[in-house]
Order: sequence, then structure tokens, then C-alpha cells
Amino acid sequence: MTAQMVENFLQAMAAGLLVGSIYGLMCVGLALIFGVMRVINFAQGDFMMLGMYAAYYFFTAFGVQVLLGSTVGPYVAAVLSGPVLFCFGYLVHKALVGRVSGTRAQVEGEGHFAQLILTLGISLIIQSAGLIAFGSILVSVRTPLSSSAWEIGPMWGDFVSIFVNKSRGVAALISVATIVALAMLIGRSRLGKSLRAAADNPEAATYMGIDVDQAHRVAFALGVGVTAIAGGLLATNYPFAPFVGLEYVIIMYAGVVLGGLGSIIGPFWGGMTIGLVQQLSTLVLPTQLQNTAIFVVFLLIVFFMPQGFFGRSVERT
Amino acid sequence: MAVALRSLKPFLIFAAAYAVIAFTVTNSYYQLMLTLVLVWASFGLSWNILSGYTGLVSFGHAAFFGIGAYTTALGQIHFDLSPWLLIPIATVLGALAGLLIGIPTFRLRGVYFALSMLAYPLALLYVFEWLGYQEVTLPMKRESPAAYMQFADHRIYTVLALLLLAVVVLITRMVEQSRFGMALLAIKQNEAAAEAAGINTLKWKLYAITLSGAIASAVGAFYAVVLLVVTPVSVFGMLVSAQALTVTLFGGVGTLWGPVIGSAILIPTAEILHAELGHVIPGIQNVIFGLAIVILILVAPEGMFWKARDFVYRRWPHLVATASQDIATTLVAPCSGTKAAKPSLAAAPDSTAHILSVRGLCKSFGGLKAVQNVGFDVSRGSILGIIGPNGAGKTTAFNLLNGFLRPDAGQIMLEGRDVTRRKPHQLCEAGVGRTFQVMRPFARMTIADNVVIGAYVRADTDIEARGLAADAIARVGLAPYAHRLAGEVTTRELRLMELARALAGQPRILLLDETLAGLGHTEAEELIGIIRRLAQDGITIVIIEHTMQAMVRLVDRFVVLDHGAVLVEGQPESVTRDPRVIEAYLGKKWTAYAQG
Repeated sequence: MTAQMVENFLQAMAAGLLVGSIYGLMCVGLALIFGVMRVINFAQGDFMMLGMYAAYYFFTAFGVQVLLGSTVGPYVAAVLSGPVLFCFGYLVHKALVGRVSGTRAQVEGEGHFAQLILTLGISLIIQSAGLIAFGSILVSVRTPLSSSAWEIGPMWGDFVSIFVNKSRGVAALISVATIVALAMLIGRSRLGKSLRAAADNPEAATYMGIDVDQAHRVAFALGVGVTAIAGGLLATNYPFAPFVGLEYVIIMYAGVVLGGLGSIIGPFWGGMTIGLVQQLSTLVLPTQLQNTAIFVVFLLIVFFMPQGFFGRSVERT
Repeated sequence: MAVALRSLKPFLIFAAAYAVIAFTVTNSYYQLMLTLVLVWASFGLSWNILSGYTGLVSFGHAAFFGIGAYTTALGQIHFDLSPWLLIPIATVLGALAGLLIGIPTFRLRGVYFALSMLAYPLALLYVFEWLGYQEVTLPMKRESPAAYMQFADHRIYTVLALLLLAVVVLITRMVEQSRFGMALLAIKQNEAAAEAAGINTLKWKLYAITLSGAIASAVGAFYAVVLLVVTPVSVFGMLVSAQALTVTLFGGVGTLWGPVIGSAILIPTAEILHAELGHVIPGIQNVIFGLAIVILILVAPEGMFWKARDFVYRRWPHLVATASQDIATTLVAPCSGTKAAKPSLAAAPDSTAHILSVRGLCKSFGGLKAVQNVGFDVSRGSILGIIGPNGAGKTTAFNLLNGFLRPDAGQIMLEGRDVTRRKPHQLCEAGVGRTFQVMRPFARMTIADNVVIGAYVRADTDIEARGLAADAIARVGLAPYAHRLAGEVTTRELRLMELARALAGQPRILLLDETLAGLGHTEAEELIGIIRRLAQDGITIVIIEHTMQAMVRLVDRFVVLDHGAVLVEGQPESVTRDPRVIEAYLGKKWTAYAQG
């Protein structure tokens, strides 16, 4: 009985950590956009959906499966979706989002409204165009790894052992590796410095010769690309359809707010928290209330720690 | 109310025309569409009352909408109540939900507020699914359709929706034209300044979300009656919240017409596209719809109403002239009969010599002791100058005095009463007015309206407030600028406006934070003259400056702060010669020169 409960708990914990690290990556992509541009991007979930389909088509139609096989192929395809969506994000910013944000947004409040509705519109277009292009049937990227697992244990005298799905394990590892690479890019490189400067004080950055609009464009594209990789990784484990974005955009925002707006790595832990809450809640609540649990925990944390885990205070008198 | 009714003429014309059109349409599909246009317009207006006027964007209005819809559905199924009764019940429940959501959520600001609002409807969505209300159908009442709001002729629904919209429009107008609306607009433009001007921001925001929730819930309740089927996704879903945003932002935020225009264009467009193209290529209608939104927002980011208005004003400038004249008359007219405003000045009940006494005030930010153990007294009717080098803690001291910051320790006595740890609006009410170092105008209001906001704290009626404001404007000599927008005047006028805004609340003590900063020599002289006159009229003044020059001739006493502590206190002549002051300002090596 007790051993069973411990095992269930550890199993849910492991599942939470695995899915949480992918949620974390998703959140980091969104946070990058918000952190640098201060734009609430409602289309982020749909960019992620595009990432999923990009991975899917890389794998099935563009020869990744043929070249690399079904075991390695899906992960390579997931990573490849990043650069593709980077370019797409770059164009979307250049053509649309950049026109109502950055240095062109004159009045703080009004500009804000324009950005919201613009990204809502973009979201609607991508979703519906996705429906036309990809159809409404659920698809998934199959890998043989998803039907096998590593066993940790047995522990406590053969009573407890945890199974880690190999496919999810690999996806989580790639996710963490992406985060590390991104953190190094932001922290060390010249590009990263200009992004952080543009985020911190756009006006001062302009005076220092940084092209703030260009920095925003790169941040937007990078954010879209990172979230697309997360989407590609999710695609190896979960079936998806063009409307899947709506479901994840909410998880993303919850994670970003938890991790703290204005932080780059904080949202990773925010996404991780969401993953853990989601999986652990299944131990005590019916599965239908999984998402309610997420939102309740989200609200509680936001009320008691309005700055999130890693955020900085933005408001000053 | 009367004013609100009078200004509704354009709406009544619209409503009449709409009713005529509705009565000629017999196709039930298009009739439903005509009803839904009004439903979503009303829903957009409810969102507008909270988010359009306060600027606090809510992504969660579906919570109220859904509560309303399920109230009618479940009330009819389980208790056999009529929608005529259930819609008012839903309104009450929506108000309650607004209050319950508002109390914790208003602790958050900006994006945090917006995103937290997202969580409420979604949490409710899954709860209702889990409760087994995946699809609830309202029972048919064939024997008494009218009693259960079930009409065979769909045109009656359109009429009912038109009535609903009319009520919401009237409420919006009444809000807009009262101090309620002004307070909300002030909060939107600068919450800190609103609070300092004596507006209880939390109270007004709670009123706004309660009213907004009530209306949204009533609209949801009616929606359920019209559609007869309620599912969690169709009433709590994210697209419902998005609908409120879309119609309002598309039409124009912060105006009555925005949601109406947005809904009248978007809803039929979407439906017609759906009917005409939906079966050809499923999804194409939403692509076109999305494109329309995107293109419009690139062309008119502020929404259609404002774009159209700007266009009209540019094309036919004489319309602007008459419009602003209207404002002029409403604003200035009551200015003459305002002698009888509440007495608050000189007639203070107790006559302690010190109007303000500060003892042992401390405030730290992390390891930085911004203000440590500061104490001083201000005698009634005097001018006290607080000076000190940059970073000496002057503004922090002010923020403690007017309640923006809570002191870690210490005591603030105002006329013998302990006012430590009061909120800014309470202190304003108690007679503390302030201006800001970095000016905080309500940029999209006229100078006159800015000042009116400051007057509400002393006025029971709007007319009284306008009178107080007009007096304050006259006192600082800003009358010629009264009708200019605060966003388009110079630093001098903004400084004077802030002064007038503080004066309109009839303060007994005025805190002026670097009022002379950024002004030229003659402008500074002008302002000093005004401040001196205010002091002669009996207002006690505490003024911060970091340049001593202008201050020496103005103030009666100096308090010199350095590193957060009081360095010296005394008469201007003695303070300026004090070696410690010279050292703080210029460094050690200058003290010798100064004394020599």
C-alpha cells in the first residue's frame, strides 16, 4: 500500500519533470519575446503548432526519416523546426508585429491594445490556415523509443521502481540542452548583450547605437524558434492538430508569469512547475481537473509572489 | 442621468434604424445574426467599462459570461425558473463574481493582472466539464413560451437584445459623465497620480469590475436563452473572452461606440464568410476574418472610431471648434458660484503650532538606508525647504509623507493626529497635497479635467468639483490653457497644472517635489511668486530642491538631508554658511574657501 503510493508519487514526479522540461522550453521562448519586447503574443501557441508540423513534415516528407531512421530522426526533425520557424517569426515581425511595437509604438497604453489584437488576428489566421493546409485529423511523429522505458530501481527492497519513457527522456534532455545553449547565447554573445540592453532600457540602448527594432526582431524570431523546438519535441510524444496551440498558450503564459516576467531562465522553472503540478494533481484529482489545478496553483503563486520566482519589480512610484 | 439621456440621441437613431432593418429580415439565420451583433456589442461594452476606461486589460470576461449563461440554463432545468427572473439573478451573481475576483486580483498590475484574469474562466471551464455539464439544453416550454422567453418569432429576441444594449449604453454614458468615469480614466493614465490626487483607486476599480461583471453575466444569461444550448467551451472558452477584446479594440477602446461599431462590422462579416465560404474550403472564412483584423489594426491601431473621428476633424475642422466650445462652456460655467465649497483651510480645529511633525522616520531598500531617523517639524503657514545632494533621500521622504511608501519605523503627525501608514488618497483627504518630480499628468485629458480629478476629494457633486478646479486653475494663472490636452503643453504648464491639481483638493499642506526643475529663469521666478502667494493664503508648503539658489529667498527654514539623514536644520542664512552643508554639496576642500 505505502510502497504503491510512494511509487505512484515518484512516477508522477518523473513524468512531471520530463514534460515540465519541455513546457519550460516553450515558456522560455515566450518569455524571450515578452522580456525583450514587452509584447503579449497570443499567437505563440500557434507558432508552436507550426513547429510541430514542421518537425512532422521534416520527418515524413523531407527525408529525415529515410536518412536517419525512426529512432534519431524525430529529434533531428524537432531541432530543425527551430531555424525554419526562426525565419518565419522574423518575417512576421518585420511585416506585422514590428509595425505596432518597439520604437514605433508611441503611446504606451494604446500601442499595447494594438499589439494584443494584432497577435489575436495572427493566431486566428495561422490556426485556420493550418486547418486548411494540414487537415483536422490528429497526427503524431512516431518513434520506437516511445514504447520502451528505462527502469530506475528497484529501490526499497524491490518494492519501488520508476519507469522513464525513453522518448520523453530524450526529448527532455534535448530541451535542457537547448536552454543551456540559449542561456550561453544570451549571456555571452554580443547579440545577447544587445538583446538585454534593448530589454532593459530601449531608449538608452538606442543612444548607444543599438538598433532596438532589429533587436526586437531577433528576439521575436528567436522566441518563436525556441518554442517551435519545444513543439517539435512534444510532437514526438503527443498527437496534435492545428487547434492545439490554444491549449498550450495558456500553459506557456502561466509558466512565464510564475517564473517571473523579465527573466530568461526563470520561465523554465515556471514551466517545470506547471508540468509537475499537472502530473502530481492526477494523484489526488480526476484527470479532468488537471488544468483547473494548474490555474489554481498559478493564481495562488501569483497572489503571494507577484514577481514570480525570478522576476524583478517593474513598478516604481 | 438627464445629461446621459440627452447625449444618447445618436444611439436612439441607431436603435430605431436597427429595429426597422430587423423587422424586414425574415430569414431566421440572419435574424439570429442581428441578435448576436447586439449581444456581443453589449458584452464588449461590459469589457470596456473595466478595461477600456481603467486600462487594466481583462482576458477573463468569459468567466462572467459563462456564469450568466449557466445560471439561466441550470436555473431553468433544476428549478424551473423563468429567464425573466434568472437574468436578474445572473446579474447579481456576476456582480458578486466581479467583486470576488477583483479583491485578490487588483493586487496585481499590468500584464500580471491581464494574465491572471485568463485563469478564472479556464478553471471554471474544466470544473463545469467535470460536473458533467458538457452540453446543457434549455427545456422547451410549449405551453407558456412568453413566460420562459421562448418566442417563435425571432425578431422579438432582437428587440430584447436592443433593449439590453440600450440599458448598457445608458449605464456606460452615466459612468462616463460622472466622477466614476473620470476616476477610471485617471487610473488608466497614471494610477500613482490618481491616488495622490485623492482618488481611492482600489474602490473605483472594484466598482468597475463589479459593474462590468454584472453586465457581462446578464449578457451571457441572455445569450443562453437565445441559443438554447450551453457548452463550457462556448461560454467559458478563451474565444469568448477574445470576442470582447476583438469587437472593442476593433471599434475603438474607451468609447461607447467602439464595441457597437466593432460588433456591427465583425459579427456579420464572420457569419457571412462562414455561410458563403465555409463549405467551399473549411477554415477559409477565419483566415479572411483574421486578415481583416490584422490589416485594420495596422491601418488604425487605435480602433475604427478614433480613426474615423480624427479623419472627420481633419477634413472638417470647424466641427472641432464647436466640439471644444461645448467642453469650454460645460467646464467654465460653474466657476463663478463656488464660494461655498467645503471649508477646509484656515479653520483647523486644533491649533498646534506644528501642522506636520515627523519623528524617527526610517526606510530601507534592501541594504540601502534611503531615509534614516529623519525628524522635523513644519509650522503652520511656513515654507520649509528640504534640500540635499542627489540621492540624499528627499523624494523617498516625500513618498513616505504622502503614503506611497510605508515607513519601516517612525511617526508622522498631521495636526496632532497620527497619520503614519495611511494610503495616499487618505492622506490627500486629510489635507496633504503633492506634486511630482517627474510630472505625472493624465496626458489624454485636458488641463481642466486633470485638475477636476484633484478636486473630487473635497467635492460632493461634479459641479462643485468643477468649481474648485476652476478656482485652482485661476490661482496658478493657467486659465488660458484650461482646454488644452495635458499631453501637448510645455513643462511650465504641466508644473502649474500639477500645482493646480494639488490645490483643487484644498490641501492644508502642499508637498512640492522639485517643482522648479526644467524651468527657465523667468518661469522659475513666476512659479516662486505663485508659491509665495499660496503661503500667504495660509497653505503650509514643503518644497524639495537640490539647487539652493532659488530656495534661499523663498523658504523660511531649511532641512538639509544627506545620505538619508538630517544634516542641518535652520534659517536659510545660517544653513548656507554651515560648513557641513558646503561639504555635503561640494566636498571637503571647498569648506575653507566658503568660510574665507
